[in-house]
Amino acid sequence: MTTAPPAFPQARVCPHLPPPAYAELRQGPALRRVTTYAGQLAWLVTRYDQARTLLKDPRLSSDRRRPGFPVISVQVELLTERKRQALIGMDPPEHDIQRRMFLPDFTLKKVRERRADIERIVHESLDDMLAQGPPADLYRDFALPVPFRVICRLLGAPWEDRDFFQDAIRRLVRTFSTEEGRQAGAELLAYFEHLVTEYKKTPDGAGLIGRLAGTGRISDDDLALAAMSLLIAGHETTAAMISLGAVTLMENPDQLAAIRADPEAIVPAVEELLRYQSIADSANIRVATADIEIDGVVIKAGEGVLVPASLANRDAEVFENPDVFDAGRDAGGHIAFGYGRHQCLGQNLARLELQIALTALWQRIPTLRMTVPAEELAPRPPGAIQGIDALPVTW
Amino acid sequence: MEIQGDQDVCIGAGMCALTAPGVFDQDENGLVVVLTADPSGDARKKALRAERLCPSGALRVSSGSGRTDSIAGR
Repeated sequence: MTTAPPAFPQARVCPHLPPPAYAELRQGPALRRVTTYAGQLAWLVTRYDQARTLLKDPRLSSDRRRPGFPVISVQVELLTERKRQALIGMDPPEHDIQRRMFLPDFTLKKVRERRADIERIVHESLDDMLAQGPPADLYRDFALPVPFRVICRLLGAPWEDRDFFQDAIRRLVRTFSTEEGRQAGAELLAYFEHLVTEYKKTPDGAGLIGRLAGTGRISDDDLALAAMSLLIAGHETTAAMISLGAVTLMENPDQLAAIRADPEAIVPAVEELLRYQSIADSANIRVATADIEIDGVVIKAGEGVLVPASLANRDAEVFENPDVFDAGRDAGGHIAFGYGRHQCLGQNLARLELQIALTALWQRIPTLRMTVPAEELAPRPPGAIQGIDALPVTW
Repeated sequence: MEIQGDQDVCIGAGMCALTAPGVFDQDENGLVVVLTADPSGDARKKALRAERLCPSGALRVSSGSGRTDSIAGR
C-alpha cells in the first residue's frame, strides 16, 4: 500500500447518478479499506452477495454509540453522542421489540388501505401546482409535500405545524455544523415530547403516536424520538425518490412513454428507479462487535463497515448492464431499502407513494419538462440522503 | 414442497406478501403467515423468490427436487 485509502462516501456530480469514482470501486475487491468523513479507516463492501451476507450478520451493530462506528457525516457524529437511539441505531433485542410496536401501521394491507388518501394528496398537490404555474419547483411543490402529508397523517403529527417541522428538519439534515444540528434536533425532540404528553390526555389519539402514547408499551421519551425519526425517514427519502425519479424518467423519454402507455409498468419501473438511484447509502453503516472473516479478509471487532446500496445494486454479476436504466427489467432484488433486520419499515408505503405520484404527474401534466439540464441540478453532499432541493420545471 | 414462516425471526418487512401473495401474508401485527403450504406452478416460483428476498431469513421453502433458484434481480 503506497496510497491512502480513498474517501467514502464521495460526492455525486450529477444528482441522479452515483459518484463517477464508484464505477472503479466496483471493479476492485469485494471488501476494501476506505477513509470516512471523520478520518477513520473502515471497510467498504462493493458487491451484492457480500453486502447481503453482512447486512444479515448479527455480529454487525447499528448502535451509533459504539466506539469505532463509522462517522460519515455531521449527522452521524450527532447520533454518536445521543444517549437514546432511534430504531435505526438499535440492536436486538431492543430493536426488534420496538420495530414490532410500529409494524401494524406499515403492513402491506394497512398501506394499501391508504391508496385513496395518497391519491387525494397527490392530486391536491398537483391542483395547487397547476393553479400557480407554470413554471414550478417540482421538489418544493410536489415531491416534498406529498410524502410529508402522508407520513404526518400516518404518525398523527399535526399538518398545521409543517413549517416548523420542515425548517427544523432542514437545519438538522442539511447542516455542516454540529452546533446547528444539535440545536435543531433538540427543538424537534422537545416538540414531539410535548405532543406525546398531549396525546396521553386524549384517548384514541390520531395515528401511530396516538395509538402508542400512554399504553405503557414504550416510554414517552422513546416514543417522541421514534416519532421524530419516523417523520424524517418517512418523507426525506420518498421526496428525494419522487424528484430524482422524475428526473430519470424525463431523461429517458422513450421509457417514460412506455410507462405512460401501460398502467402496470410503473410497478417494475419504481423498483428500477430505486435500484438505479440508491439514495440511502447513509443508512447501511455498521460496526463489527466480533471478528468476521469474509472473502479472504478479517473485519476486526470495532472496525466500521459501509455497505452502500449504490455499489451492490450495480453489481454486474446480479444486474446485467447495471449502469443502464431499464424500466422494464426485473430489479426486485435490489437492496435500496437495505437488507437484514433494519430493512426499511416503510418500504411498501414508499413504493405505493412513488407508483401513485409518478403516474399522476404525467397524467395531469403530459408536457412536463425540466428548465435546466439534469447535470446542472445541485447534488447534496456525500453522507446525506442523496437528492435535490430544487427541480425547476415548466409545461 | 414445504413452506415455513418463522414469526420469531420475521421483522415484518412485508416482502413475502408483496412477492408471493397467496402463499404468504402478514397478520395484523405484521408478521409472516403461510397461506399455502404446497403451492404449484407460478405460485411456487414466487415462493422461492420470496425466500430469496426475505431480509430476515424467516422463510424456508424446501423443494422436493432439492432445486434452488437464484433469482435476485433477474
